[in-house]
Amino acid sequence: MSVPRYWREIKYRYRLIGELCTECGAIIFPRRRLCPHCGCRELEECKLSETGTVLSWTVIQHPPKGYEKYAPYVVALIKLDDGAQILSQVVDVEPEEMRVGLRVEATFRRVREDGSSGIIEYGYKFRPIIEEP
Amino acid sequence: MRPVYIAGVALTPIGEHWELSLRDLACEAALKALEKAEVERIDALYVANMGAAPLQSQLHLGALMADALGLYGLPAMRVEAAQASGGVAVHEANLAVASGLYDSVLVVGVEKMSDALPLEVRSALAMAEDQEYTAYTGVTDVGLCALLHRLYMERYEAKPEEVAALAAISHEHAVGCPHAQYPFRVSVEKILSSPMEADPIHMLECSGIGDGAAALVLTADRGDVEIAASTVAVDHFFLTERSDPLILEAVRTASKRAYERAGISPRDIDLVELHDSTTIIGILSLEDLGFVEKGFGARYVSEGNVRRDGELPVNTFGGLKARGNPVGATGVYQVAEIALQLLGEAGRCQVEDAEVGVAENLGGVASTASITILRRH
Ligand SMILES: [Zn+2]
Repeated sequence: MSVPRYWREIKYRYRLIGELCTECGAIIFPRRRLCPHCGCRELEECKLSETGTVLSWTVIQHPPKGYEKYAPYVVALIKLDDGAQILSQVVDVEPEEMRVGLRVEATFRRVREDGSSGIIEYGYKFRPIIEEP
Repeated sequence: MRPVYIAGVALTPIGEHWELSLRDLACEAALKALEKAEVERIDALYVANMGAAPLQSQLHLGALMADALGLYGLPAMRVEAAQASGGVAVHEANLAVASGLYDSVLVVGVEKMSDALPLEVRSALAMAEDQEYTAYTGVTDVGLCALLHRLYMERYEAKPEEVAALAAISHEHAVGCPHAQYPFRVSVEKILSSPMEADPIHMLECSGIGDGAAALVLTADRGDVEIAASTVAVDHFFLTERSDPLILEAVRTASKRAYERAGISPRDIDLVELHDSTTIIGILSLEDLGFVEKGFGARYVSEGNVRRDGELPVNTFGGLKARGNPVGATGVYQVAEIALQLLGEAGRCQVEDAEVGVAENLGGVASTASITILRRH
């Protein structure tokens, strides 16, 4: 991925910034020009919840290019506490420990290494929340 | 709009054709279809393809294939809608003839996947999804299906063997099919003991990688098989934005519109070619095409209803799973297969007395759905 293409998304990926629809109240991620639910174009930037619950998950055994050294890895569909849904890798977890309903929190990680452009990309991944005793 | 008929059908065997190029494959199918069609002239060429840009570094397939076929001067274009490229190309071609603009057109679906490494093919297939936020997570197309597969099993208490039954039945149907890539039986036990591709999806629940080409000539001249309806619909591109990820809304919308246009209901359909890129997508499709209630698809399949001699013959040549899935060409294969069935030219795969058949072709996780209904005259 080219440097500008990576740079464009930094704010949103590094800080989990989405948008709030001023019409229907939906929280939208990733950002876009209009609300996919009601068509409203008045959207306000908002910070997404950094905690959520796993709705479904899988383990990628055979990755695409750029992800080889991370495989196998867990990818989950997560419902954030503010109601938005996000797709993300879940790290610091063994596949055997994964379950629907697992509580997770956002963490900042290395995501991909692009051999052609030479950039190392960072962004969000999620990890299990460790409950305090 | 005037009626459109299928005049000529041809398909190459699907497999690893080391000796054949993208161009060779397309020509093999196209020339055979033209020979059979006996039309005076071809007014336009539609080339369905998904992966030639990333896999062969080849674009401009319209002019390239027209040249290879000696068709100079006509309008020629590539149609791309990921794995739904074939179905969407048929849709465009059908529109052109139905509108009266063209009298006879050629559709060629072609894909050449075996030249590339599996890693490159996975990246090419992941191009069907948003690169910035979906492919970015490292998820594969099978991985996205796996999220649905787990949700489905949890919500509807479906058993792994009920879902896997679709792959076993598809393999059963491919036996004796001359163009199928995997024409042999595979038991449910063997499917479920194959390694995980993306938990809970086993490797033998996924379609493979293959080369192939299929071609159709569509014409306004009266023929034996009519395109009763051809529709396309899209859904929210991001799974995360769908109100229920287990509903393939694009399939519901496109099929409802197609049934209306053809003046039929799902009960009138004699056979189905499903987009079973993974077993779960095939199961969800059966439900959203209106054949079985949501949540009951896996049970319906495992009870054997979708066998060739069952209540609703599905994937009568093996489907994506066993016939093969040369992605951009797949939708054209499906329509060609329905036509062969209605013409009584399906050989050992023949379904008796079929009059109406439907082909369902999907791009991404059903972000695009194409539905084609054919009827025998
Ligand atoms: Zn809204």
